[in-house]
Amino acid sequence: MDVRFSPAEEAFRTEVRDFIEKNYPAHLRGVARSEYDSREDFLAWHRTLYKKGWVAQAWPVEYGGTGWTATQRYIFNEESAAADCPMLLPFGLSMVGPVIYTFGTPEQKKKYLPGILSGDVWWCQGYSEPGSGSDLASLKTKAVREGDHYIVNGQKTWTTLAQFADWIFCLVRTDPNAKQQEGISFLLIDMKTPGITVKPIITMDGSHEVNEVWFDNVKVPVENRIHEENKGWTCAKFLLSHERAGIAGVARSKRAIIRLREMLAMEKIDGAPLISDLEFQRKVAELEIDLHALEYTELRTLAGESSGKGPGLESSILKIKGTEIQQRITELALEASGHYAQPYQRDLGDNEHVGPDYAELVAPHYFNMRKTSIYGGSNEIQRNIIAKMVLGL
Amino acid sequence: MDFSFTEEQTLLRDTVRKFVQKAYAFDTRSKVIRSDAGWRKEVWKEMADLGLMGAAIPEDNGGLGGGPVETMIIMEEFGRALVVEPYLQTAVINANAIRHGGTAQQKEQWLPAIAAGEAICAFAYAEPQGRYNLADLTTTAKKSGRDFVLSGHKAVVLGAPYADYILVTARTSGGQRDAKGVTLLAVPKNSKGITTRDYPTVDGLRASEVMFENVTVSPDFVIGEVDNALPLVERITDEAIAALSAEAIGAMKVLNDATVEYCKTRKQFGVPIGKFQVLQHRMVDMFMNYEQSVSITYMVTLKLNESAHERAKAASAAKVQIGKAGRFIGQQAVQLHGGMGMTDELNVGHYFKRLTMIDTQFGNVDHHLKRYAALTDDKAAA
Repeated sequence: MDVRFSPAEEAFRTEVRDFIEKNYPAHLRGVARSEYDSREDFLAWHRTLYKKGWVAQAWPVEYGGTGWTATQRYIFNEESAAADCPMLLPFGLSMVGPVIYTFGTPEQKKKYLPGILSGDVWWCQGYSEPGSGSDLASLKTKAVREGDHYIVNGQKTWTTLAQFADWIFCLVRTDPNAKQQEGISFLLIDMKTPGITVKPIITMDGSHEVNEVWFDNVKVPVENRIHEENKGWTCAKFLLSHERAGIAGVARSKRAIIRLREMLAMEKIDGAPLISDLEFQRKVAELEIDLHALEYTELRTLAGESSGKGPGLESSILKIKGTEIQQRITELALEASGHYAQPYQRDLGDNEHVGPDYAELVAPHYFNMRKTSIYGGSNEIQRNIIAKMVLGL
Repeated sequence: MDFSFTEEQTLLRDTVRKFVQKAYAFDTRSKVIRSDAGWRKEVWKEMADLGLMGAAIPEDNGGLGGGPVETMIIMEEFGRALVVEPYLQTAVINANAIRHGGTAQQKEQWLPAIAAGEAICAFAYAEPQGRYNLADLTTTAKKSGRDFVLSGHKAVVLGAPYADYILVTARTSGGQRDAKGVTLLAVPKNSKGITTRDYPTVDGLRASEVMFENVTVSPDFVIGEVDNALPLVERITDEAIAALSAEAIGAMKVLNDATVEYCKTRKQFGVPIGKFQVLQHRMVDMFMNYEQSVSITYMVTLKLNESAHERAKAASAAKVQIGKAGRFIGQQAVQLHGGMGMTDELNVGHYFKRLTMIDTQFGNVDHHLKRYAALTDDKAAA
């Protein structure tokens, strides 16, 4: 047992830190993703890392990946979070990319991987449907083979950032008569294809992150199918396990607690900083202790991965505890803001903001983060997985 | 022992419920909170015509002569509909301030006007530095001949954008957080020297930052004793907490009913998700949180006219229970609705947001836990 980093790893950390310091766009520093103004804001950091060759951290070298060890990726994440760099969009890099290099044909790899690496092609995820949330395999969007095309009809929902997307990867039903998991295929669809409509869903915090995507007789070439027909569930399961890796967000939560502490130093209670309040100290301490434990759980998972095991069932623990901690941080920030949690300031002009800067978005963030225990397999579903797969119940 | 309502009270509840069902369909409310005005004058007038504005105002002063129970009934029904008009600020807080602290002349001047819906009032108690301490005041009212000269900044004053009068806590003597030296003034909003910055709140209400710059206020507008108004401020705040608790249980009930209904109809894995025991127990916990909140709302409502000490303890207890239950029920209602619970389109998120913000009004859970503990200590020491 040894959790110290080697001299080579420490040197790597310094290299990453220096690179971020010199190259991270100043105007995006500390800006939450929900507050970005443009497509380019989302992509700026991606493009910078791409030029450096650091964008595909978990990909094999042969496909343009960094070839980093799990520990190096961990260090990179820590440094990125500490410097308030945005998270890279996962749809290409962490979701469809690995599916394509794992299950795709050489032609498909050649066609799709470069655009994912460069950031030129924006992907979105067509999984959930109005009737298929936790029970994903019940999905109904159907693709009927006609010659060398599929005709796709149906509706996807909760499609994150589809308003910017160039392509969507979709789970579709190609065999309505087979058992649920066995009649599903994995299709790549150009968002410009006639028959696709994107409708915004506004969430309760007032932001536009998710969408409905409708398919009305959308013609998709058969060559856009990844893996065999009716074997899409294999890709889906593979992708879901990748989606869960890194979902703990430990480095981000560490940074968020530092920001919370800064806020508690500024907010006053009876003239003293709120952080001097014993009750609040206790709450922040509990949160930090939870996060320490989660960090070591993540490190144990990483060590397992380094020794050749894929992201395992521990990923459900990381998802549950990680999202609970993220939500708790926003809850405490909201509490700390007192009266100034109330103003809704998103639509106010630049000179019209009220109250302290740190309180400005606490309520929208708190409301928005409720999604984390719902998405990516709800926390109830994650507990079912542990009960079934780990405890054998 | 009797927790039943009188015939008149039941009739009042029916009246209010019918009124909000007609005037406050969810879609209508959504349009109103997005409109420039953010509220409806005609709804305000109808509240007055139905007698709701004067429900707790004595008959001699143009009201219906009810009390805390009538206020509770109205606020609970308003909570079910997420009413945005400043009823709490006007018909509860300001009316109570005048009832308890006003002179005969002030009562004659204000109460009939409130009952008739002709005076819209806000309550400016919070300041940027003060958090939930009602006595932490940098706003000052300095004596100048007969008059007072008011200066300072009041934070997040709900209802202020459309108010005619603003009830203001100000310091007339003593240090920034002294109990002594607090004075309560009802200031016409059109007085010279008042500026406001108006904005919407996250839960669909409207509020203002209100700045007073050397505003001259006649002594006729001082409510209660100069320098000694903190007990009055605490009383009207505790009464406001009782009313807010009633509003909260109305909102909780809607969330609980909607969640149970949704879980009965939403199918995953071939069965309604309400069949899953883990969700059943969650809904049972929501139900118990609600029932405990109803109980404590009755408690605080029935104790409002007891000693200041008993009243304050009850109010703090209620605010703690309502804050915790509101958070649990709100979060779980969203969770059990899944992605749909996150949307602006469904009513669930709106009730969740209102319950969340109720915790930030007049002191949150932490504040009232401490206040309750301190009140209990005092009694042990005495």
